[in-house]
Amino acid sequence: MKALRVAIAAAAVTAWHQPLLAASDPPPGAVSCSGCHSTGTASSSIPRLYGRDAGDTAKAMAGFRDGSLPATVMNRIAKGFTDEESRAIAAWLAAQK
Amino acid sequence: MGIHHRISRRDFCRTGAAAVATAALPLPAFAQVAPRVVVIGGGFGGASCARTLKQIDPKLQVTLVEQSKTFTACPFSNNVIAGLRGIEAQQFGYDKVAASGVTVAAQAATAVDATARTVGLADGISLPYDRLVLSPGVDLRFDALQGYDEAAAAKMPHAWKAGEQTLLLRKQLEAMEDGGLVVIAAPANPYRCPPGPYERACLIAYYLKTKKPRSKLIILDAKDTFSKQRLFQNAWKELYPDMVEWVSLSQGGKVNAVDPATNTLITDFGNHTAKVANVIPPQRAGRIAMIAGAADNTGWCAIDPVTFESKSAPNIHVIGDACIAGGMPKSAFSANAQAKACARAIATLLSGGSPAAPKLINTCYSLAAPDYGISVAGVYQPKNGLLADVEGAGGVSPADAPRDFRAREAEYAQNWFATITAEVFG
Repeated sequence: MKALRVAIAAAAVTAWHQPLLAASDPPPGAVSCSGCHSTGTASSSIPRLYGRDAGDTAKAMAGFRDGSLPATVMNRIAKGFTDEESRAIAAWLAAQK
Repeated sequence: MGIHHRISRRDFCRTGAAAVATAALPLPAFAQVAPRVVVIGGGFGGASCARTLKQIDPKLQVTLVEQSKTFTACPFSNNVIAGLRGIEAQQFGYDKVAASGVTVAAQAATAVDATARTVGLADGISLPYDRLVLSPGVDLRFDALQGYDEAAAAKMPHAWKAGEQTLLLRKQLEAMEDGGLVVIAAPANPYRCPPGPYERACLIAYYLKTKKPRSKLIILDAKDTFSKQRLFQNAWKELYPDMVEWVSLSQGGKVNAVDPATNTLITDFGNHTAKVANVIPPQRAGRIAMIAGAADNTGWCAIDPVTFESKSAPNIHVIGDACIAGGMPKSAFSANAQAKACARAIATLLSGGSPAAPKLINTCYSLAAPDYGISVAGVYQPKNGLLADVEGAGGVSPADAPRDFRAREAEYAQNWFATITAEVFG
């Protein structure tokens, strides 16, 4: 009985397909942002990033990284991402509602 | 109870499916059965993971097992201890988690059968899973300091799990007369919230300075260095001169035993009898991690840094304070970031894909005073089987920043708490 259940579970999982997943897959690092940057109403001094122009976000990240844009914490975080990674994150954030 | 109803119905369906399978119905009939993920622990890790899984794929059957009906958050609970905030501001329910499609089982998880892939609940119900996520937080080790057991904690609070213990420590500080000695015993690494004991020292000192200025605070430490050390030490000098004293391991700070009858903390170098004693004992992963076979002999859980899958228990993922996350500290931010990455990895695994290496962020604020914030941040990625710091990134707030910088970080700390709790529970 137990073995049969496991077999059924395995069959169910194998047969599971999610074509949507790949399209909406966030690039590495992107899902961490919402720890501070609200995805709901932006009611704080920390800006909402969802739906924000990708060019603006990528430019800000570049500024934080090279120090031309002053920050308290984003300068330390931006240095953990390459320009390419930042642009991928910015594009994903822009596509979120 | 909704949970009983839903589970018994699911059990019924499963029995039905088995019977049908015996009758050799073609396999495609099962293609619509959604994979089941059970998440144990409804804190910043578990609740985030459960919600993210439903967000990624609403068809997944996600059950969150959490004994408490109300979650009491640890971040900002030092403000409650200092009388700067009510405990209600720390408390969150699971209504919105349930409304997002997660089945919430208000039960204790008491057993895990990793072979049969089932979780046993205290009321005897068995939950089958395809993937299990453990986010049990920490257990306090009541066997580590001689004399410090659960009964002793009622006299010498740890206040390292927010709730009654937080309020007990608050009450003791309120009852203390001016001129009293407060002692905080800080544990060796690793433990939940590395900067927590030092933020607590600051905020208790803030209360004492305001209301009981002749009092003293001593931190007895089982280590020689700690998180944001220079920033905290500068803040003590700047804000609470002659009030806060830190005794390091090499200065004899390690507490070996306590005597709750006299409120005494005992080190190799002598005894400290406190008016208020806050004993933060050593910790380990929450008990269910051990039951599931996911904890190693350190008491913590080794994981794959890409999927968060346990290195010893297949199909079981461990996130948050309970896991060994390499460079990532045991913080609420880390747990939340890990939860979201883990949920993505699980969804990918369930759809037959192979998860991409994540990058994770931690940002952790501490308050040295209500308008004086400091932070540590880091970026992490899988390297040599661990989550390693991305070199050149992260670090702590500048040591020489002006007060308006500290004020801004204090404001960001408040905003962070509002945002993260809204994402997890709102």
